[in-house]
Amino acid sequence: MYLGRVIGTVVAERIAAGLEGVKLLLVQPVDDQLAVAGPIQVAADTTQAGPDDLVYLVGSREAALALDPFFVPVDAAIVGIVDQVYAPERR
Amino acid sequence: MRICRVLGSVVATVKHPAYAGHKLLIVQQVDTDGGDLGSSFLAVDTVQAGPGDRVLVMSEGSGVRQILQQGDRVPIRSLIVGIVDQVTT
Repeated sequence: MYLGRVIGTVVAERIAAGLEGVKLLLVQPVDDQLAVAGPIQVAADTTQAGPDDLVYLVGSREAALALDPFFVPVDAAIVGIVDQVYAPERR
Repeated sequence: MRICRVLGSVVATVKHPAYAGHKLLIVQQVDTDGGDLGSSFLAVDTVQAGPGDRVLVMSEGSGVRQILQQGDRVPIRSLIVGIVDQVTT
């Protein structure tokens, strides 16, 4: 799992079966210092996150398990909205 | 599995129900000399690890579902499964 910042929304009218009605958000993955960590990606939202929210995501096959009905074709899902990041051991 | 250092934790109120009651920690993969490898990521703790601990992290969904015993629809991929006492090369 990894942290990300919601930076926008994505709308797709024609979409794969199972993804109709699924909210898609544009997410910038970030590290524990909230610095950019890798390219921007699109993720399915399960938490009603909004723009500028700090969230955490799960990738790969487990992303598909986050949605209901499950096993829809996604490879990243937002599964939590972060209240606080505490990283005292960062050097 | 990867050897990581625990950097800290993440607190979330709104989350997928599968994460309820689990401690979510920030971990950083390290090499055998303790140097950082790649970006930090998040893992669910099962061994009461804390900041500064060197831990063993598994990132594979089927293994996670076996350990957590929460059914077969758990969207959790990375799990801390051990606290490392010693590594010899």
